[in-house]
Amino acid sequence: MGSVGAKEVPVLLTPDGRRIDGRTLDELRPIRIEAGALHQADGSAFVEWGANKVMAAVYGPREVHPRHLQQNNKAVIQCRYNMAAFSVDERKRPGLDRRSQEISKVIAEAFESVVFAEEYPRTSIDIYIEVLQANAGTRCAGLVAASVALADAGIPMVDLLPAVAVGKVGGAIALDLRKEEDNYGEADLPMALVPQSGRLVLLQMEGHMTEEELARSLDLGVQGCRTIYEKMKAALRERYAVGPPAGGAA
Amino acid sequence: MLVLPGEEIPNQGLKPGPGTYRVGGKVYASVLGFLSPRPPFVQVIPLSGRYIPKPNDVVVGTVTDVQSTFWLLDIGAPRWAPLHMTGTPWKVDVGETERFLKVGDAVVVQVENLDATGRIGVTMNGEGLGKLEGGTIVTITAARIARVVGRSGSMIQTITRHTGARVAVGQNGRIWVDGAPEAIRRVSAVLHMIDEDGQRPGLTERVESYLLATMPTGPTGPTVPRTEPRDEPAPRGAVATDDDDEADEDGPDESGSDSDSN
Repeated sequence: MGSVGAKEVPVLLTPDGRRIDGRTLDELRPIRIEAGALHQADGSAFVEWGANKVMAAVYGPREVHPRHLQQNNKAVIQCRYNMAAFSVDERKRPGLDRRSQEISKVIAEAFESVVFAEEYPRTSIDIYIEVLQANAGTRCAGLVAASVALADAGIPMVDLLPAVAVGKVGGAIALDLRKEEDNYGEADLPMALVPQSGRLVLLQMEGHMTEEELARSLDLGVQGCRTIYEKMKAALRERYAVGPPAGGAA
Repeated sequence: MLVLPGEEIPNQGLKPGPGTYRVGGKVYASVLGFLSPRPPFVQVIPLSGRYIPKPNDVVVGTVTDVQSTFWLLDIGAPRWAPLHMTGTPWKVDVGETERFLKVGDAVVVQVENLDATGRIGVTMNGEGLGKLEGGTIVTITAARIARVVGRSGSMIQTITRHTGARVAVGQNGRIWVDGAPEAIRRVSAVLHMIDEDGQRPGLTERVESYLLATMPTGPTGPTVPRTEPRDEPAPRGAVATDDDDEADEDGPDESGSDSDSN
């Protein structure tokens, strides 16, 4: 991962509609998802998305620690999003900061709206997201990894939760921003979609957009989420693939 | 048929059973697993995840907490399971619980009852139940235990026959293994093999060929004939036969759930 270096704003969009890495406005970065990447956890996933590398592990439902967080009618969903010190060019000071606390919170809340937490009262479902290498869009990559990890952990839920960011770069609406576009662009709009219902369970925005641009961004994002959704399902199918149909008794 | 959370289940007038949910007249899967129509219901049998206790399951657990009248056991379930002092074969006085089981001790217990809040009652009274001494515990996915046992215990018998190890299989995915270090290592390798691709056909053949390929050819020296080391663990093998019977008991109801997934 090279250093950005340049102080002046790089050319984010060429006149023929190509982006800094040659993508078109509605093109995702390459994504690779591996379900069940860890052995110790109840469920896990590893996601490489552009230059992002994110690991997610899910434990639970299990006993709640600390005990006072226990809820007697449902499972609590706890999420910890963390960036490794080496995940960015300039060393990231390890540990909790405002940004990671916020991301942990919005991701936990996104999952609260899809997981059937009532099935496991007085327990905790713990989601750990570790960003090993960051290049913008890590909360979306983390969400995708965590969602695949939850399915891998056999947690009952409404649907998988694909996520993607849309932004405004060089005056145009573009799908799935990379680092330079995020840093020098005009807006960033991460979102997470429940494909089954079409609802958005995470939507944040930084920067400025017109109402019309927002509407277009949402359409573009939902379309991107559906593409990612298929990749998530393919990763899980690959993990649990069987020879003959119905898995017959071997 | 493999289904994933959020996938619509072709609903031929079936009601949503375990592992599914209904919205607006359509039925969707809520967990990753195999679709199993069981009229009038349709259900999804999970392929992964934690152990979900069922009454009468024999499980392997470890003590996580000691109170004056009961112990708390980690059996790999969503909650810790209390084992009351009256549920043991011993005469335990109040406050004397720690003399019998300490934190970290391993036990074989049976699930007695479950209540709506997810509390799990277990007992140590019954054949094959009790404290485990020595050995090691191998943990695999609970959903794969049916493969470890095999039809009428055929798989577990193959494993004990080829290794001479003593084995106690818990329905919670924890398997206690004792015997020569080499035997433990081989059993553990086989168990992880079953965990990794227990869904693919030809499992028994793969397990057997692994066990034959790793058969010790004379660990005590080149002068020892090939068959000799096999005689050595024979007494353990005899003990393993007892455990096989135990596995047999689990066998039928497990092969029952096998046919469910078809």
